[in-house]
Amino acid sequence: MPTLTIDGQEITVEANTTVLQACEELGIEIPRFCYHDRLSIAGNCRMCLVEMEKSPKPIASCAMPVGEGMVIRTNSPIAEKARKGAMEFLLINHPLDCPICDQGGECDLQDQAVAYGRGASRFDEHKRAVKDKYLGPLIATTMTRCIHCTRCVRFATEIAGVEELGATFRGEETEIGTYIEEALTSELSGNLVDVCPVGALTNQAYAFSARPWELRKTESIDVHDAVGCNIRIDCRGTEVMRILPRLHEDINEEWLSDRSRYAVDGLALQRLDQPYVRVDGKLKPASWDAAFAAIQARLDAIGRNEAGAVKGERIAAIAGDMADVEAMLALKELFTALGSPNLDCRQDGAKIGGKHRGGYLFNSTIAGIEDADALLLVGCNPRWEATLVNARIRKRWLAGGFPIGVIGGVAGAGVDLTYKYDYLGAGPATLAEIAGGNHHFAKLLAAAERPMIVVGSGALARDDGAVLMDLARRVAQDTGMISADWNGFNVLHRAASRVGGLDIGFLPGEAGRDVAGILDGAGKGEIDLVWLLGADEIDMAALGQAFVVYQGHHGDAGAHRADVILPGAAYTEKDATWVNTEGRAQIGRRAAFPPGEAREDWTILRAFSAVIGQPLPYDNLQQLRQHMVAEVPSLGAIDAVAAGDMGAFGVAGGVGTEPFESPVGDYYLANAICRASAVMAECSRLFTGVGRAGGATGTDG
Amino acid sequence: MKRVPAPPEQQPDSFAFTPENLAVAKQHIAKYPPRRQASAVMPLLDLAQRQQQNWLPRAAMDAVADMLEMPRIRVYEVATFYTMYNLAPVGEHFVQVCTTTPCWLRGSEDVVGACKSKLGIDFGETTADGKFTLIEVECLGACVNAPMMQINDDYYEDLTAESASAVLEALAKGEKPKVGPQNGRRASEPAGGPTTLHAYTGDN
Repeated sequence: MPTLTIDGQEITVEANTTVLQACEELGIEIPRFCYHDRLSIAGNCRMCLVEMEKSPKPIASCAMPVGEGMVIRTNSPIAEKARKGAMEFLLINHPLDCPICDQGGECDLQDQAVAYGRGASRFDEHKRAVKDKYLGPLIATTMTRCIHCTRCVRFATEIAGVEELGATFRGEETEIGTYIEEALTSELSGNLVDVCPVGALTNQAYAFSARPWELRKTESIDVHDAVGCNIRIDCRGTEVMRILPRLHEDINEEWLSDRSRYAVDGLALQRLDQPYVRVDGKLKPASWDAAFAAIQARLDAIGRNEAGAVKGERIAAIAGDMADVEAMLALKELFTALGSPNLDCRQDGAKIGGKHRGGYLFNSTIAGIEDADALLLVGCNPRWEATLVNARIRKRWLAGGFPIGVIGGVAGAGVDLTYKYDYLGAGPATLAEIAGGNHHFAKLLAAAERPMIVVGSGALARDDGAVLMDLARRVAQDTGMISADWNGFNVLHRAASRVGGLDIGFLPGEAGRDVAGILDGAGKGEIDLVWLLGADEIDMAALGQAFVVYQGHHGDAGAHRADVILPGAAYTEKDATWVNTEGRAQIGRRAAFPPGEAREDWTILRAFSAVIGQPLPYDNLQQLRQHMVAEVPSLGAIDAVAAGDMGAFGVAGGVGTEPFESPVGDYYLANAICRASAVMAECSRLFTGVGRAGGATGTDG
Repeated sequence: MKRVPAPPEQQPDSFAFTPENLAVAKQHIAKYPPRRQASAVMPLLDLAQRQQQNWLPRAAMDAVADMLEMPRIRVYEVATFYTMYNLAPVGEHFVQVCTTTPCWLRGSEDVVGACKSKLGIDFGETTADGKFTLIEVECLGACVNAPMMQINDDYYEDLTAESASAVLEALAKGEKPKVGPQNGRRASEPAGGPTTLHAYTGDN
């Protein structure tokens, strides 16, 4: 542990720390462009120069390891002069077009030029200009502004795992780009905009639309997948202008997947902004009262049982993939009050849930992947299902000593998951073999100290899902994945609503029907009314003659089929709780109000419950939350992960022979918000078939 | 001078090493330890360039990248960084005239002038018949015989405007001019003949 002196203060730091990191520990800020604490060190911008005693020249603090007895001065005339020199060179070829640059106001170069730039340029030679590059539909480029810090190259190579960016040519002609002018095939490409310290790479979808100081920033939670990325929603007025990642070391670090970032335009399109009622086969705008009256009339038409209550077994509710816990709880209690056991939050039919919480959580936690030493992926393609979990797997894999086995979920051994893996087989037979213990990967797992298994919905959302669950649990137990301080059994969810729904028990009650049962019943005329809470990913044709109430925010499949539409709020428009795949409850904050007459979802259910004379026992969000936490205490522990209890979940039995397929048909069109987004449609068109498990879908342009 | 890669319409669709070159390529790869085969990228690019009439199409870079199991962009970086890889087609005789200080002091401007007027092209251009491409280069390490030019793999040294023209003239006729100093001296011996050690040269 070397001790060094920085600006007269002594500090002892770990060996292998750099001078820049030691300065940061003391709270001394060193200007920098190329250094980024999550990327490898390049040392090429020279902005972090500091003076070191006994060194004839200033040193690049980002690349210099600390040494015993070093004396560093960060604000001496020499350091100051060196930085001013570096800045002057950086500005020689920089266009200084800040007034028309989207980075203006949040630009490292702009900020640091204020501190270290000269008032006027001494350079009157030719200034270089670089042709703009094409990096895909998400990133706007103005390469003349590039200062060659190579952060983007390092991000693409190291974090995103797509070696497609590079620095071509040399010297003054150096250019950053793909050389072949093709779009980056990464679903993390939006982060290039964040790592770029200047305005060379900017957000194409947000181009020229706002300045950072005009935006109202709201800290919230992403719901496009079950990772629960922390985000910042930037709004101007009522419009969401852009979404940026927010630091959360245990979930997304500081990255965000493209779908979460770029589906923003979908929030303004195809919105349901007033109630509709189907009259003579056509949806007609209606008032809230008329919409509620239509539902009530239908409930009355179903008839009453002997006790005078609604025939609960003839109605059903399905919660969609982006529903919040509050709304699901209100819907569950409404239907329980109506005597219906037909509830399900598992649109895809995954065979999970039950009293053992460990049986449906990502127990190792996302950050815990870094502690694991062997991994078996079963029926999932984490790159498309949970991009930032995949980024974490890659991070662990890069550290070395991390064998990864894959069973199904990807189309074959050739699919690029951004790390090397051992493709063991396509379907249940391989998993059964591993559970048997004689498979070479079973031995490898057993020999590992902290092995983990990740079961995706490709394995769970099928008829033999419960049997596969049992197999996976046996693999976990037999290979020593579960111990006092480590739980290597993981379920990887795709839907933000899923764990919350399972936690509150939004599941079929006694003699209740699950999604397949509801659809079957509706088709056969045994179910008369189906309430869809943002559920768009079920087979609408199977609903038969049932009366469909669609409560949601986008005019997607559900709304097209609906007989009554109740306009709800999208995730940016409500204060609500979501639980991520780890079982971590997080609260999203309202950044804007829902459009038109749309309302927050739990209030719609509360209002309807009063209309039918069975009011839910909460009048405001606070009461609802108190009630919710009383029902499920884990929902009160915000941002905490409690260890899930393990038990004998799954059922023994025979398995099918069908291979596991990833249910993500199209990463860019996975939910109603994405399907409304023009940017996502363009991405889908471009990236169809790239690294995709399921191949092209019918929605491809 | 900025090098511009050949436009797509000039790029061949595919590239494959000839069997002879493939054997040479494998020899290059064998020089490096397993999983370090990417180290062979530069000799392989050179080999590909020699096979492809002295220029390196993108297909060749891709073929080398795939052969060495390295990302294509890493090969593009190497090929664009080093100026001796030609990214666009060049003439049969690739004339590189040195204009760095020693050659310049010894009259490289005359050599350049002779080349330009003889070939009727400027730097960076190729003659209409596709026989000659003329470029200006920095020091090629033959300053003792300045001024000099390199044509394909051969050095022509101790040039004057006349001798440079003569070399080009001969090449244009399909002859093989004498390689090396064009003023009659041997290698880099003193210009007026030896001044010491006469006993060893035999010409006292």
